[in-house]
Amino acid sequence: MINVLSAELLKLRKRPATRIIAGAWLAMNLTFGYLIPYLIYRSGSLAGPDRAAASGQLLAAVLPASLVTNVLNGYPLFGGAMVLILGALMTGGEYGFSTLKTLFTQRPRRIDVLGGTLAALTVVVLALNVVSFVLSAGASSIIAAVESAPGAFPPAAELARGLASGWLILGMWGLLGALAGIAFRSTAMAVGLSLVWALVIENLIRGFAVLLDAFDTVQRALPGVNAGSLVAALGAPGQGDGARGAPGVAAVVGGTQAVVVLACYAVGSVLVAGTLLARRDVT
Amino acid sequence: MSEARHAARSAPEAERDPGDTGMTADALVRTRELTKHYRGAIVAVNRVDLTVRRGEVYGFLGANGAGKTTTLRMLLGLIRPTGGTATVFGYPPGDPRGLARIGAMIETPAFYPYLSGRDNLRVLARYCQVPENQVDGALDTMDLTARCHDKFGTYSLGMKQRLGVAAALLKDPELLILDEPTNGLDPAGMADMRALIRRLGSGRRSVLLSSHLLGDAQQICDRVGVISRGQLIAESTVEELRGAASLMLTAQPLDEAARLAAELLGPHRVQRHNGQLHLDAGPADAALVNRALVLAGVQVSALHPVERTLEEVFLTMTQEDPNDQRPVG
Repeated sequence: MINVLSAELLKLRKRPATRIIAGAWLAMNLTFGYLIPYLIYRSGSLAGPDRAAASGQLLAAVLPASLVTNVLNGYPLFGGAMVLILGALMTGGEYGFSTLKTLFTQRPRRIDVLGGTLAALTVVVLALNVVSFVLSAGASSIIAAVESAPGAFPPAAELARGLASGWLILGMWGLLGALAGIAFRSTAMAVGLSLVWALVIENLIRGFAVLLDAFDTVQRALPGVNAGSLVAALGAPGQGDGARGAPGVAAVVGGTQAVVVLACYAVGSVLVAGTLLARRDVT
Repeated sequence: MSEARHAARSAPEAERDPGDTGMTADALVRTRELTKHYRGAIVAVNRVDLTVRRGEVYGFLGANGAGKTTTLRMLLGLIRPTGGTATVFGYPPGDPRGLARIGAMIETPAFYPYLSGRDNLRVLARYCQVPENQVDGALDTMDLTARCHDKFGTYSLGMKQRLGVAAALLKDPELLILDEPTNGLDPAGMADMRALIRRLGSGRRSVLLSSHLLGDAQQICDRVGVISRGQLIAESTVEELRGAASLMLTAQPLDEAARLAAELLGPHRVQRHNGQLHLDAGPADAALVNRALVLAGVQVSALHPVERTLEEVFLTMTQEDPNDQRPVG
């Protein structure tokens, strides 16, 4: 499986789509996480009676002390969507290029091919996660220096929890995308339907959950809701917290439950994808 | 290929599938009543018994849709049979121990369009645990070195086909499975490919070549299997299939010549063919036939031996002979 991992990392490294997705995500992360909030803060254009407090909260959110929550704010919705696309491209592309037959006639077993592919995906997701934190740390340090504000980062344990949570959230979405690519045996269908699920269906269910208990029960099992709950459990402001809150972040379930549910989705995706890949004919 | 890899082959051979009791030392591929049904009704491959021996170039011949590619996909473990059995090097299809000794190109070559030809082979080298320095050798063999850094998506059909064969050669396999390898090649490229396949199959390496180009098969195959509508209708050497040479006779009057020839050889051995007579008789009988006809006053303008091409044999077998051949008498 190590050989497959090495081959898949070579493919990912040379694939333009990987660089585009990574670049777009990192740019979005910096733009919406640091640049725009800081520009709003600097412009002094906040309205309302509590504008001084809101302005202070805006600055605090982009300082190094808030690194973990500010970075993770974007993971449940936007980061997840980007990584979901990456996962679907990785597996769905093999059907689009008809390369599955080429890979399956080399030497590794099908299950090893899948294992190596998904391992490569999680490695890339980890790298993306770490780079997000590093770039965000740089941006927050610059802002702290410019504003002469405290430049201390969160404790190492909190950083580690944040990195692990980010990896779990992005990894789960990536694996779901990979499963969709295999299930639909194409890229377009997998990307399209997965994004509709992540960005539309889950939000609709959340909306109905306010009105009907049955939907509330359902939403507690949704991947996006649990991702948002995990980020909220780390102290990130939720959707109801005004300008500081990020879409998709809400403490619907506790942090521990969120970790368990996300892990179940990740493992379940691998198992279902493995079953489909092992049983189907490659035509 | 390293000696270490060849040495390592003895171990798996000792661990052959215990159910494969019919496996002989020379049979690399063996199928027994191999069958593939789709949706319970469409029979793509029907009870095919096929054997590919060590060191031979085996032509797997059939029209488009006859079941060639489906059979090859089953041998590689890409699709599962619905009936029968198959073994490759004594292992079930798709077993890594068998795949390690096979190089294959099935239908159109499939690679990543965003990678160069060389990077595509590097990916596959990592997959099959082959040193990456063998990539350049495979590219050189297929005359792709000059374009190896170009993206696969920019390759012509012929170059893609050659890259497919280069990929199949990467493992220095004992068995090459090539599905229509001359597709998309120009005449010079086809000639080169024929020579390459002949060369590759000249040692202990075997080649299982699927084609509907019967001229190619006649030139390069030692044995052939003919598949029609999913059934293997013949498996033999090319010479055996083509049969002994016969005689073609041009004479006037033709009816009298046909009558005399039928008397001499038997009616079932004489057929009319485009204003001539096709005699199922060897060159040694030519003098006898000629003398009898001339003595009877028939004007013999031509009497010469002919050999049936593989294409003619194939068309006869598959009952699609466009020529109006009918027995006399």
